[in-house]
Amino acid sequence: MVVNSVHWFRKGLRLHDNPALQEALDGADTVRCVYVLDPWFAGSANVGFNRWRFLLESLEDLDNSLRRLNSRLFVVRGQPTDVFPRLFKEWNVTRLTFEYDSEPYGKERDSAIIKMARNFGVETRVRNSHTLYKLERIIELNNNSPPLSFKRFQALIQRLELPKRPLQTVTVEQMDSCPTPVAANHDELYSVPSLEELGFKTTDQGQAVWKGGETEALQRLHRHVSKEWVGNYWKPHINVCTLMASPSGLSPYLRFGCLSCRTLYYRLRELYMKAYQHTPPPLTLFTQLLWREFFYTAATHNPAFDRMTGNPICMQIPWDKNPEALAKWAEGRTGFPWIDAIMTQLRQEGWIHHLARHAVACFLTRGDLWISWESGMKVFEEMLLDADWSVNAGSWMWLSCSSFFQQFFHCYCPVGFARRIDPSGHYIRKYIPKLKDYPDRYIHEPWKAPESVQRGCNCVVGVDYPMPMVNHAETSRLNIERMKQVYQQFSHYKGLSLLEVVPVIREQTESSVPKSSMSHPSCNDGMVSSLCLSLSHRKRERPIDLHCSQGCSQPKMQCVGLDRDSNRPLQQ
Amino acid sequence: MKRGRVNITSKCQGFSSTEGRIKRQKPGPLGSSLAQRPAEDWGSLPHHVVLHIFQYLSLVDRARASSVCRRWNEVFHIPDLWRRFEFELNQPATSYLKSTHPDLIQQIIKRHAQHLQYVSFKVDSCTESAEAACNILSQLVNCTIKTLGLISTARPSFMDVSQSHFVSALTVVFVNSKSLSSIKIDDTPVDDPSLKVLVANNSDTLKLLKMSSCPHVSPAGILCVADQCHGLRELALNYHLLSDELLLALSSEKHVHLEHLRIDVVSETPGQTHFHTIKRSSWEALIRHSPKVNIVMYFFLEEEEFEPFFREETPVTHLYFGRAVSKEMLGRIGLNCPRLVELVVCANGLEPLDEELIRIAERCKNLTAIGLGECEVTCSGFVEFVKMCGGRLTQLSIMEEVLIPDNSYNMEQIHSEVSKHLGRMWFPDMMPTW
Repeated sequence: MVVNSVHWFRKGLRLHDNPALQEALDGADTVRCVYVLDPWFAGSANVGFNRWRFLLESLEDLDNSLRRLNSRLFVVRGQPTDVFPRLFKEWNVTRLTFEYDSEPYGKERDSAIIKMARNFGVETRVRNSHTLYKLERIIELNNNSPPLSFKRFQALIQRLELPKRPLQTVTVEQMDSCPTPVAANHDELYSVPSLEELGFKTTDQGQAVWKGGETEALQRLHRHVSKEWVGNYWKPHINVCTLMASPSGLSPYLRFGCLSCRTLYYRLRELYMKAYQHTPPPLTLFTQLLWREFFYTAATHNPAFDRMTGNPICMQIPWDKNPEALAKWAEGRTGFPWIDAIMTQLRQEGWIHHLARHAVACFLTRGDLWISWESGMKVFEEMLLDADWSVNAGSWMWLSCSSFFQQFFHCYCPVGFARRIDPSGHYIRKYIPKLKDYPDRYIHEPWKAPESVQRGCNCVVGVDYPMPMVNHAETSRLNIERMKQVYQQFSHYKGLSLLEVVPVIREQTESSVPKSSMSHPSCNDGMVSSLCLSLSHRKRERPIDLHCSQGCSQPKMQCVGLDRDSNRPLQQ
Repeated sequence: MKRGRVNITSKCQGFSSTEGRIKRQKPGPLGSSLAQRPAEDWGSLPHHVVLHIFQYLSLVDRARASSVCRRWNEVFHIPDLWRRFEFELNQPATSYLKSTHPDLIQQIIKRHAQHLQYVSFKVDSCTESAEAACNILSQLVNCTIKTLGLISTARPSFMDVSQSHFVSALTVVFVNSKSLSSIKIDDTPVDDPSLKVLVANNSDTLKLLKMSSCPHVSPAGILCVADQCHGLRELALNYHLLSDELLLALSSEKHVHLEHLRIDVVSETPGQTHFHTIKRSSWEALIRHSPKVNIVMYFFLEEEEFEPFFREETPVTHLYFGRAVSKEMLGRIGLNCPRLVELVVCANGLEPLDEELIRIAERCKNLTAIGLGECEVTCSGFVEFVKMCGGRLTQLSIMEEVLIPDNSYNMEQIHSEVSKHLGRMWFPDMMPTW
């Protein structure tokens, strides 16, 4: 029987460590590598210029690598559900392969495709290689619920065996045995589109700071791992240089799959063991990879992971709706140079350091503007190269203290924090050239400079550069009270949060009469239902059905997390 | 995500159609006895039974159940179900939260105003919401309200309401309730005259008053409350209202023991405010009178503004620094705050706080909780600290970046060492480094 394989690239845009691609090649007579691209999305989807550019560069790179193997990449315009039936028929496809996508939307799309393929008599082979482990294993190990604290997650990882070793890259010999029929008009039909074709203007865009593609990824891997061993990997000295885009930074490449996370894992492991006489490395060596894994695991069974309402693991916080304020933040017009510089770097380059992310996320949500993390998440989704669904939503929930049992007392001051990391204002001057003449003393708070200084710097606050949009002391005071209000409703948070001195007179907070929710099935009830009932101070009065009816798809998952999360004593 | 929805409504509707009949009962002892007495059905359950069940239902479900039959409707309006109510006033343009239905609000005012005892208003950042709250307040005339809370869930929209409108609405409740025991009016334009009205009508019953960030109140206004309301056990206010006289008034013989005093220290004009000092003797008088009082201070100042604080012994128990606080200040706290129970520091600087922490461990024998944000402490210093007071710490929340590895300990070792001294598993707080 003739085996005609099609490998479907979605993420995993690489030839090294690509088990699904290997399955496509395995005993096949022909193979075609396909990427499905819906050009109409370019205008409407929440994906900005840098992300499209990165993707297209990655596809070009794949195409070039495949050319060297006497093959080509087929970029097919359209939607998978429309595209595949046509291709199955045209190419007489018998096998379809792709890398497993753990995200809820991805799983849904893929199961539809698998079903459709079956109807066409096409065998599907799916392999896991976007995450270090099969996420189901981790969930299983945690009593069938995803761990919601990073400590717990690390403890589970400790118990697992090492991740699967990365596979070798595809060789010429392999491709020779299953050639790709490339038609003369291939470039007409299946070439990688240009940015102009997708409707972007490229004239005033500078060179990409982060160049897409597997080739670039592997070069960076080499640079990343060689420099890790100078100094401490676990405590890089944070200074202004760390804020700048690093030529050895890897996060966008991991997101698009230009670099295999397992390849990175094993390279780090190898080098550590060489440097430290074959002692196995501690988990902290892989912290960044584990965070990524953590969020994928938390999200895989939760289609509402990117929302507050209806999300069983998200605190229902009464965020403000303020489109004007949101726009100022997103466009870097807050009047706080630190925040504005970060948002400018993000817009221009597509990457910001994690500390910068903490600063702007805190500013938008629980620190200053009290705007929902969902709005911030959407802005990041548009501009941030390494923001994919699970990791982006998870990080935003974490940084806004909406989930994962975070302490909310520390607030990043948009001036103080900036001063400590960037005392000479180098970062500000780079991304907000208007302020470059300001002396160090005032660069982080230009509104404090005397008028003469401002005029001398050719940048008057309120005219050339915005006034600070909030009074940070005032907003942080208000917001800490808001956070307390939210958390104090849950008596089992006592002992998890500082600042918890509960007033003596409890008439308003706790009651012996079962508290009925007020004008609507209160969001609070939704949260209570999904948090561990047995930890509640109140007696178990409400029938369990009612709790589940509040939209909780995974009752008691936090229960397990909390119980075992023994670094916090249960104050009962 | 629709799995697991249990629709109570459909069950209720099922019952309504069985009013007066038995349906879907298998013949059996119970079934047959019910068949013989068709008048005994869900609709004729005794009121107190229905009441008990109603207490488990959300308001929406109760409202639906109340339209099932006349008896259930009667139960719906039993005063016991209307003792406690939280009015939620939100506008779709400013909030993700729903609002209490205006019809329901009307019904409550008409039929249940006199039953209300524990009332709160939650408003979003829209002025309209705060105004709606004031309108409701103005109508709560025949009431015996005990607890009143005005809570802004985002920006303090009560401050945008005209002061006269707010004050007149509030005084309606103050005058009519006469048995107010707990009032939360933080971030509102309440003023001295309204406090006088409060005192004139509720001085015997007032136990809790929270009025942080009420800029129209003066020290004299709050003094009036302290002088007259001898049952006051909890007070929250801003530092500019705190005076020696106030502390002495709260410590007078006639006054009950104060249990909780919360003081917010915020500068009006950042960088330029000078704060008055409170005499040590006033603090001492307070402690003599109320030895167990919790004194909670929240600071939101710039570093230079801390000068007047903690120069002498200060009986504070819970300290929160919402912005950066200097090394020197933390040193002073170690020296002068022997009653300290909880210390939370948002940020400090780039110099290790080892000495200061160790001194705090030495001298603050009651310390049970500590939280450090952007600070630096060497691992050895931290271990020293934990050795000294680990046994009594129930909350140790340190951001991962705070700890600086040194020759004695690296990050792997620190958590096992600290866990050992704490007697339980401990890790620093982490932030995603992705």
